[in-house]
Amino acid sequence: MRKQVGSVGEATASINDGSRVLIGGFGGSGAPIELIHSLVDRFRNTGSPTDLIIINNNAGNGRVGIAAMIAAGMVKKIICSFPRSSNADVFNSAYAANQIELELVPQGTLAERIRAGGAGIPAFFTKTGYGTELADGKPTACFDGDMYVQERWLKGDFALVKAQTADRFGNLTYRFAARNFAPIMCMAASRTIAQAKDVLTDGSIHPEHVITPSIFVDTIVEVAAPEQEEVLVREERVY
Amino acid sequence: MAIPSGLSGPQIAWRAAQDIPDGAYVNLGIGLPEWVARFQPEGRQVVYHTENGVLGFGDAPKEGEEDWDLINAGKKAITIKPGAAFFDHSDSFAMVRGGHLDVAVLGAYQVSEKGDLANWRLGSKGVPAVGGAMDLVHGAKRVVAITDHVAKNGAPKLVGSCTFPLTGLNCISRVYTSLAVVDIDPKGFVLREKHAAVSLETLQSFTGAPMHIDGAVTDLIVPDLA
Repeated sequence: MRKQVGSVGEATASINDGSRVLIGGFGGSGAPIELIHSLVDRFRNTGSPTDLIIINNNAGNGRVGIAAMIAAGMVKKIICSFPRSSNADVFNSAYAANQIELELVPQGTLAERIRAGGAGIPAFFTKTGYGTELADGKPTACFDGDMYVQERWLKGDFALVKAQTADRFGNLTYRFAARNFAPIMCMAASRTIAQAKDVLTDGSIHPEHVITPSIFVDTIVEVAAPEQEEVLVREERVY
Repeated sequence: MAIPSGLSGPQIAWRAAQDIPDGAYVNLGIGLPEWVARFQPEGRQVVYHTENGVLGFGDAPKEGEEDWDLINAGKKAITIKPGAAFFDHSDSFAMVRGGHLDVAVLGAYQVSEKGDLANWRLGSKGVPAVGGAMDLVHGAKRVVAITDHVAKNGAPKLVGSCTFPLTGLNCISRVYTSLAVVDIDPKGFVLREKHAAVSLETLQSFTGAPMHIDGAVTDLIVPDLA
C-alpha cells in the first residue's frame, strides 16, 4: 500500500476538465489551500483542468483558494450554501457576469446529501426547505403527519481535504473546526486526496483517535507548513 | 404615527436570554441572536452549538489571540470551554434536525401568525445565501425569533403571511420584539408582555395581524444595559 505522494501537484494530477470536486472548508477554516493552488498552477500552465464543478460550503473568500480558482476562470459551477460573505467579491463579480452557475443548498441538506453520497443512499427526506423556494420542483411526502422534501445524494469525482495528521495508511485527524465537511467529503468522492501537516511514517494514528478511517482516503501528501485561509484573506494575499 | 422606539437590540436579546433554562443546548443565529449569550442569567449553565462543528464554545478571544481554525458559523473567532466537542457537519446537522437542540434563537425579517419565518433573503436581487437557516428552523425543540417589532420603513414585521421568501413554515413558537413578547399558537399571535410605553391600540396598529389576549399581559421590563 502506497498512498503517500511527494508533491501536491502529483496528488492532484488526475483531476481533469469537467471534474466534480468536493473541497473541505467552512469560512476561513479547513481549506486545503496548497492542493487547490496546485490546480490553479496547472491551469495557468496548461489550460487544464477547467469547467470544474466545485462543492464547498462557500464560494471562495478573498483572492486565494477557491476564489483564486474562480478568478482564474476554471470553475463552471459551484454548489454551496453560503456564497455571500464580506470577502466574496470574486464570486460575486463572476456571478453578476453570468460566468459561473450557482446551485444553492441549505447547509445541513448539503452535508446530508454528501453523507448520503458516501453512504450509498441515493435520496432521503428532510423537513428542511419544505414550503420554500429552495424546494421548488422537488418531490415531497408526508411521514407521521409532517411534510418532507426529497433530496438526492451528492458525490464527487474527487475530494480535496486538509488534515492535521495522516498515517501512511490514510487514517486522518483534523484540527478544531477545520474538520467541518472533510470527513463526509472523504466518503463521497471516487478519489480522495488529503494534505496533512504531519504524515506519520513510522507507526500510525491510535485507532481510538482516527476521525476519518483510511478506507475513505486514496492519496496523501505532506504539507508541513500549511497556509490558513482566514490568515491569507486578512493579509489580503492574492494567488 | 411615529414608530415607538421600544427596546434596543441588546435589550431584546436580554429578554430572550431570561427564558433559556439551565442545562439547555442552544444555537444562536448570526447577528443580534449572538448577544443572547452575553445575558445568560448567573447560575445557569448553557451549552452553545455552532453549525460548523463545535459544541461548548465560549467568549471571543482577545484581539491578537485568535486561532482561525476555532470559529463559529458567523466566521468569528471563539474559545472553547471545558466539555467542548468538535464534530463534522453531518453530526452537527443531526443535532439540529434530529431534535437534540433545546432552543434556537434566530433573527427575522417577518414572522407570520402561523409561525412561518422569513429571515434569509429580502427579494430576488443579489446573490442568494441560505447557510443553516432553513435547517435550524426545523429540529430545535423550541425555535424563537428576536427582532424589532416594526421594520425601518414602518412596515409590521409580525404579519398575516410573509411576503419575503420563506425560511420555513410553522416553525416559530415565540417572538421577542422591541415592543412585546408574543407567543404563536393555533389562534395566531398571543400577547404575553407589552412595553409599558405603548398602548394596546398602538401595538396593534404596528402589528400586521390580530394580537390576541389570552390570560394576563404583563409589562415587558428589561434593564437599561446602557
